[in-house]
Amino acid sequence: MLNADQVKKDFPVLRNNKSLVYLDSTATALKPYRVIKKIDEYYKKYSANVFRGIYRISEKATKEFEDTRSIVSKFINAEHEEIIFTRNTTESLNLIAYSLGREVVGNGDNIVTSVMEHHSNFVPWQMLCFENGASLKVLDINENGLLQADRKVLNKVITRKTKIFALTCASNVLGTINPVKSIISDVRRINPNTIIVLDCAQYIPHSKIDVKEIGADFIAFSSHKMLGPTGVGVLWGKKSILEHMMPFQFGGEMIEQVSLQKTTFAKPPFKFEAGTPHIAGVIGLKEAVLYLQDVGFDKIKKHEEKIVKYFFKRIQEEFGNDVKVVGPKNSELRSPIFSFTFLNFHPHDIAQILDEENIAVRAGHHCAMPLHQRLSLIATTRASFYIYNTIEDVESLIQGLKRVKKVLR
Amino acid sequence: MSDTIYREIIIDHYKNPRNFGKIKNPDFKSEVSNPLCGDKIKMFINIEDDKIRDMKFMGCGCVISIATASILTEKLKAMKASEILRMSNDDALSMLEIKLSPNRQKCALLGFWAIKKAISGSHGVKK
Repeated sequence: MLNADQVKKDFPVLRNNKSLVYLDSTATALKPYRVIKKIDEYYKKYSANVFRGIYRISEKATKEFEDTRSIVSKFINAEHEEIIFTRNTTESLNLIAYSLGREVVGNGDNIVTSVMEHHSNFVPWQMLCFENGASLKVLDINENGLLQADRKVLNKVITRKTKIFALTCASNVLGTINPVKSIISDVRRINPNTIIVLDCAQYIPHSKIDVKEIGADFIAFSSHKMLGPTGVGVLWGKKSILEHMMPFQFGGEMIEQVSLQKTTFAKPPFKFEAGTPHIAGVIGLKEAVLYLQDVGFDKIKKHEEKIVKYFFKRIQEEFGNDVKVVGPKNSELRSPIFSFTFLNFHPHDIAQILDEENIAVRAGHHCAMPLHQRLSLIATTRASFYIYNTIEDVESLIQGLKRVKKVLR
Repeated sequence: MSDTIYREIIIDHYKNPRNFGKIKNPDFKSEVSNPLCGDKIKMFINIEDDKIRDMKFMGCGCVISIATASILTEKLKAMKASEILRMSNDDALSMLEIKLSPNRQKCALLGFWAIKKAISGSHGVKK
C-alpha cells in the first residue's frame, strides 16, 4: 500500500506550507525534491545548450536530455525517436492540428471529438474545421458522465470522411476514464485511415499507458501534471506518420541543410523541436518519471481507489444531496478528480472560504466550457487528489465544506 | 481560521442587498457580466443636475459581487455623477474596506463597473 504520509515528505511545498491541503493536482501536480534537485543540478553543473557542443558540459547536457527521451519512450513503450518534447499538452495537440491536420482535413471532411474535452483538445479541431471547411462532430455523455461511444453510436458518427478522431483518456472535470482501447479498435474497424489522437494529460499521472497496446496514432501529455516541471510537454507519434509530416515551427535545431534557395529538415523528433528547448525542464521530467515508477502505478491506483471510495462515503454522510458530484461514482471508472456543486453556493465563495482554511481547490469551468454547458452549469468547484493526498485531506475538505455551509447559510 | 472576508456585514449585504430591485423607466441603465463565472449585475440610475436621485441594481453572483454592489450603491448614491466618473478601481476597492486577492477584485468591481457604465452614458447627454 502506498504510504501517502511518507510520500508527502518528498514534496518541499508541503513542508514549507505546513497546514496546506493541496487539492488542485489536476491543474498542476506538486514537485518532489528529486525533480527540483535535478533542475538545480543542470543549472549549477552543466547548463550548456544541447547538441553540437564540442565540449564536456554540453555533451553532458545532451546526454541527460536524450536519456530523458529514452526513459519517456520506455515509460510508454514507444521508440526513442517517436518522443517529441513540446511546451505542454496544448502545444502537442496544436502541433498535430497545424502540421498534419491542415494537410489531411479538407472541405467536406469531419473531425470527431467529445463534449468532455479540455479546450486544448477541442478548440484546435474546431478552428481547423472552420479554416478548412470541415465539420466537427461531438460525442455526448450520459447522465452518469460516461462517454456515449458504443458501436452503434460510432457507426453513425465515424464515416469515411472522418480524418481525425481526438479523445481524452480521462476527463479533467468528470474524472471519467474512457475505455479508449476498445473505442479505438471500433473506430479503426469503421475507418482504418482515421488519425487517432489521445489527450493523456489527466490519465498519465495516474495510470500506465502502453502506446503499442492502445492503438492510437498520437498521444499528448504534460510533464507538470505528473510531478515534473512546467513548460514541458510530450507528443508521441507513430514514426511512420511523423516521417511524412511537415514541421510545425521552423528555425534552429530542426534543419538538415539550409541554403539561400531552400531548406531540408532533420529527421523526427528533431524536425519538430525548433529552437532551444526547455533543457532543465526536460531533464527534470526524467526524474518525475523515475519517481512515479519507484512509487509504482499499481500502488497509485489502489491508493486513489481508496480516496474515491472514502470521498463519496463521507460526502454522502455529511451532505447527502446538498453536494452533487458530476461524473461516475464507481471508483474503477474514474480518477480522484471531483467537481461538484454545493446547494446554491457560488464556486468562488466555496473556494475562497476553503482557502481561508488553507485548502486549495479550483473554481470555474476548468477549461471545459462545452462540458459545463452540457451539464447546464456555469461553474463547479473541483477538488482533485494525488499520491501525496491522504484520507485526512479528504476529512479536512469535509470540515472545510461544513464551514462553507455555516458561513453562507 | 485566518482573516475572513466573509464577515457578518458582507454576508448581511449578500443576504439582504440594499438598493436591490429595478427602477421603472430609469434615466440610465447598464449590464455588466463575467462570463467565466456567470455573475451578472444590472444597474438602474436616475440622475438630476449631476446628482444621483436613485440607484438600484439586480443580479446574481457570488457573495463578493452582490455584497460589494450593495455597499457601493449605498455609498455612491450620496455622490455626484461627475465625482463617480473620476473614481478609479482602486478608489472603489478602498471604499469597500475588504482585503481581496487579485482574482476576487474582479468580483468586487462588477457593481462599480456597472455604475460607471450607466453614468458614462449620462455624461453630456442629460443636463
